[in-house]
Amino acid sequence: MVMTTLYDLVIGPFVEFAFMRRALVGAVALSLGAGPIGVFLMLRRMSLVGDAMAHAILPGAALGYLIAGLSLGFMTAGGLIAGFVVALLAGLVTRVTVLKEDAALASFYLISLAGGVVLVSLRGSNVDLLHVLFGSVLALDDPTLLLLAATATISLVALAVLYRPLVLECVDSLFLRTVSRSGGATHLGFLALVVLNLVAGFHALGTLLSVGLMMLPAFAARFWSTTLEGMMMCATGIGILSSAIGIMLSYHLSTPTGPTIILTTGLIYLISLLIGLKNGLLLRLLPRKHLVG
Amino acid sequence: MNNPRSNAIHLHDLTLGYDRHPAVHHLDGCFKAGSLTAIIGPNGAGKSTLLKALAGTLRPLSGSLSIPSHDRRIAYLPQSAEIDRDFPISVEDLVAMGLWRKTGPFGTVARQDRAAIGHALDSVGLAGFEDRIVGTLSGGQMQRVLFARLMLQDAEIILIDEPFAAIDTKTVQDLMQLVRHWHGEGRTILAVLHDMNVVSEFFPDCLMIAREPVAWGKTSDVLTPAHLAKARAMIEANDPHADFCERAA
Repeated sequence: MVMTTLYDLVIGPFVEFAFMRRALVGAVALSLGAGPIGVFLMLRRMSLVGDAMAHAILPGAALGYLIAGLSLGFMTAGGLIAGFVVALLAGLVTRVTVLKEDAALASFYLISLAGGVVLVSLRGSNVDLLHVLFGSVLALDDPTLLLLAATATISLVALAVLYRPLVLECVDSLFLRTVSRSGGATHLGFLALVVLNLVAGFHALGTLLSVGLMMLPAFAARFWSTTLEGMMMCATGIGILSSAIGIMLSYHLSTPTGPTIILTTGLIYLISLLIGLKNGLLLRLLPRKHLVG
Repeated sequence: MNNPRSNAIHLHDLTLGYDRHPAVHHLDGCFKAGSLTAIIGPNGAGKSTLLKALAGTLRPLSGSLSIPSHDRRIAYLPQSAEIDRDFPISVEDLVAMGLWRKTGPFGTVARQDRAAIGHALDSVGLAGFEDRIVGTLSGGQMQRVLFARLMLQDAEIILIDEPFAAIDTKTVQDLMQLVRHWHGEGRTILAVLHDMNVVSEFFPDCLMIAREPVAWGKTSDVLTPAHLAKARAMIEANDPHADFCERAA
């Protein structure tokens, strides 16, 4: 009896409906790439960069939509181009002028966002654009799924290639500059990965919410591991878990799926904050004996 | 190390600074190959600026410096504040970065490299610290780790910027033994220091600057009351209305 209820609750919907399985596959693919990237963003104190980038991407996607309607190709290309241009310009201004990276990035994403809103208003109707803002994880078609899977593959391979310079850039960028010229390229490559994941993510979760699946698992992972490898694995796991739970909850509660996934991730983050084994809040309150040495 | 003359670092009328205001003004001279030189002077004297220029991260305003061109094997340890100690990286991984020239961005850290890392940690008195996360180290331990990384860089020219700020005497003594050992291996070493006792105990040569060169030569000749008084009289502030410098090269 209990088993059948559990089956109906957890597994049934996925067995019964293809769109549920597609949503799950898409969200899992997103979590694979976005998890480790989120950890690096967090450790580099760039947690808000994802948010800025999501805003920067929006006008590109909108432009793609204005040209070709709800076309996966055009909207993806538009988002990628807008994201890359903002990342490049911000990187250039950071290296050449006195403005720090946060200021440079903020300046260009604001310009990009304002431009996007004006562009959209020229067209009149913006009802369909809700798709860009909030995604449609329950309507992932084959090309979109392929895009999500390709993004995960590219992200993981690129992270493996960039890993050493990226870690070195985070820990001691001055040292990297004295031994190699790859610092700038590494940084831009990493930002390109952020953009790629956010663009892929907006088809499922929308531009703004896709940042949630990138950052929230990373924050939660900080409370379960003290090593970089541990945090990346943890973040990916939490991303996958909250995707599965979120999709399931939204099915039973008839809530919008994207926000439900992010709310689930947020809940896992809050729980981790409380009971996490590495510096969780509860540990601080417990009287614990100290060690001998 | 094979040809001492060509391996020397020559400074030709070198002026360094920021936004056209000089921090180091018209410096001429030479760090001989295999020399061990302390760079001293008050805060704001341009000591770190000089090291940055030698490390290649700052372009001279005028003049030039020549560094043995065959493979610029320079190791540079800046002031410790530049490292993000919150990043979850192990001591072994941080020290392994010293092998960058060998491994590059993608090469593997081989078994003999791990042995070298272990040996380097042993030399700085941190055997068995491989798996510790750097955030858990004390200030002195961190400096020892950075010296281990410096050691693995196996560089001909070693630049060290204020390595002993807020470091206890025991650690200073240990690390200076290591520096002395590197000196014995024929490496050229420049260190920015503030502790005159360490300078006179360990460093044969000394450069005293106070935005302008004050004295350069044997440590005993440089550390005189007259020189120290001159360095102390340095004017630290930039003159916002300064004219262009016309001093002949």
